[in-house]
Amino acid sequence: MNGFNRRRAALCLLVLTLGLLCAVTAAGTLLAGQAMVTDFTRKNLPPCVPFLFGTDWMGRDMLSRTLTGLSLSIRIGLLTAAVSAGIALLVGACSALLGGWVDGALSWFVDLVMGIPHILLVILISLAFGKGFAGVVAGVALSHWTSLARVVRGEVLQVRAMPYVQVAEKLGLSRWAILRRHLLPHLLPQFLTGLVLLFPHAILHEASVTFLGFGLPPEQPAIGVILSESMGYLTTGKWWLAVFPGLSLVGVVVLFALLADQLRRLLDPASVHE
Amino acid sequence: MKHRLLFTGKKFFRMALLLLGVSLAAFLLMSASPLDPLQTNVGQAALGTMSQEQIARLEEYWGVNEPPLRRYLGWLGDVIRGDLGVSLLYRQPVTQVIGQRLQNSLWLMAAAWVLSGLLGLTLGVLAGARRGRAVDKLIRGWCLLLSSTPAFWLALVLLMIFAVWLKVLPSGLAVPIGVDAASVTLGDRLYHAVLPALTLSMTGMPGIALHTREKMIDVLESDYVLFARARGESNRSILLRHGLRNVALPAITLQFAVISEIFGGSVLVEQVFSYPGLGQAAVTAGLGGDLPLLLGITVVSAAIVFSGNLIADLLYGVVDPKIRRGAARA
Repeated sequence: MNGFNRRRAALCLLVLTLGLLCAVTAAGTLLAGQAMVTDFTRKNLPPCVPFLFGTDWMGRDMLSRTLTGLSLSIRIGLLTAAVSAGIALLVGACSALLGGWVDGALSWFVDLVMGIPHILLVILISLAFGKGFAGVVAGVALSHWTSLARVVRGEVLQVRAMPYVQVAEKLGLSRWAILRRHLLPHLLPQFLTGLVLLFPHAILHEASVTFLGFGLPPEQPAIGVILSESMGYLTTGKWWLAVFPGLSLVGVVVLFALLADQLRRLLDPASVHE
Repeated sequence: MKHRLLFTGKKFFRMALLLLGVSLAAFLLMSASPLDPLQTNVGQAALGTMSQEQIARLEEYWGVNEPPLRRYLGWLGDVIRGDLGVSLLYRQPVTQVIGQRLQNSLWLMAAAWVLSGLLGLTLGVLAGARRGRAVDKLIRGWCLLLSSTPAFWLALVLLMIFAVWLKVLPSGLAVPIGVDAASVTLGDRLYHAVLPALTLSMTGMPGIALHTREKMIDVLESDYVLFARARGESNRSILLRHGLRNVALPAITLQFAVISEIFGGSVLVEQVFSYPGLGQAAVTAGLGGDLPLLLGITVVSAAIVFSGNLIADLLYGVVDPKIRRGAARA
């Protein structure tokens, strides 16, 4: 097993999960046209060889619908997680570096955002942006930054009190140099892991809000839309309409969670020698 | 004692300020919405056939043309007098709608809250105590899977298995259909709450279990546990005397932090099971542009979350002797 330690295993897993996610996104984008094709000669087919996930009441292929929905979810997840993490970095760093009343006000604001139950906040923001794509993206992006902002604030405060930063200040290094040379390298691993950990939440909330009717419009094959449509056909025994799309969503979210786990293992200095 | 009172008073003041902030934020978001409540509730076709006067009356009813600031101040003034306004969709006072819905939801959420706490704590302690073994791996995998599962899909799957396929549990609602309110028994209510409560408890459980596990591992690696082991204490006694006592504090934090998550889950779960609770009312109010009701629900749910945090803060002092003595000395 020499030469194939846990670090390398983690790296392999990381590449594998990334590849899988990219493949799903690419397949979904390519199949986007096919997801809309209706054919009434093949409606309500249970899973069989040409249609692995079955077809719905309009004869649409559920496999291509699911893949299109997943690729949409992944893209929205990436976008919202990136924006959210950016806000978290800004708020956390401002809070820790400026201190005083700015810190107090920002901490109060974080408490406020955390006090509204998450789904309710996403719904409110989505309404403010008029629902649809803009609504769901804004809703998820503007509501997920709070816990990461707290982490960033704590980290910055901790690093600033470290002896080597104090020495650097005494040596007359400019604030900017300290920020770039001492703070950023320390923050980056934490921040990246936090960013990747945001993906699963972002994807799940996007699907949930769309499911409730505050997100993507019903003509778009998003996972939330597919599942909310399937609700009407459950009691007639068309289980495949809900089971497979949901399972694939769970699969994608698990992949993202694994990705975050491997990334943390690679970036965390404490596990370098494993 | 004086310090405790001062501490509690300060917390209460902060909570009131936060609630004010929540109501303002929610109000601003709702009034910024470009969605026209007339279009959503009356419809384009019906609006086209109406006279100008009718439309004007409808606009006044939905409060479309009132300036937001005056509307908010008016609302705030009423709230201080204990009046949350009148729901535009249900045509009943908001307090009445929320009270009714909360009654249904509260039992559901309380059951899920207790269940997820007990399950999470047990599984977390078990996994932490058997770190690296098969049990630990199983519990961790299970938690990862559950936390990656959207609550509404879990609800759909359970509904399919137990209501459609096995036909042992009802497929929705809080009471049986076609039975008048007086003859609904407690058994009926429980029978209808089993599936939603079970689904809901699954949304809060993984977080509690995983955090408890981490904490348990920390405790078991500490010097005092090593010393206890050297003294010859049995594993059982180490777990009960040292493990559980030290895990109690973070467990309280987690248990009260999960309230917000369970409330969020209830919005989704109630929608799937058509359970007439607060969460379902929130969705109806949001889709129909019912500003007073949605505002009321947001404020009430935020008040529940903040009270949870406050209770957790106060409980620390009771549970942790360090905080208790620290406060007495200060």
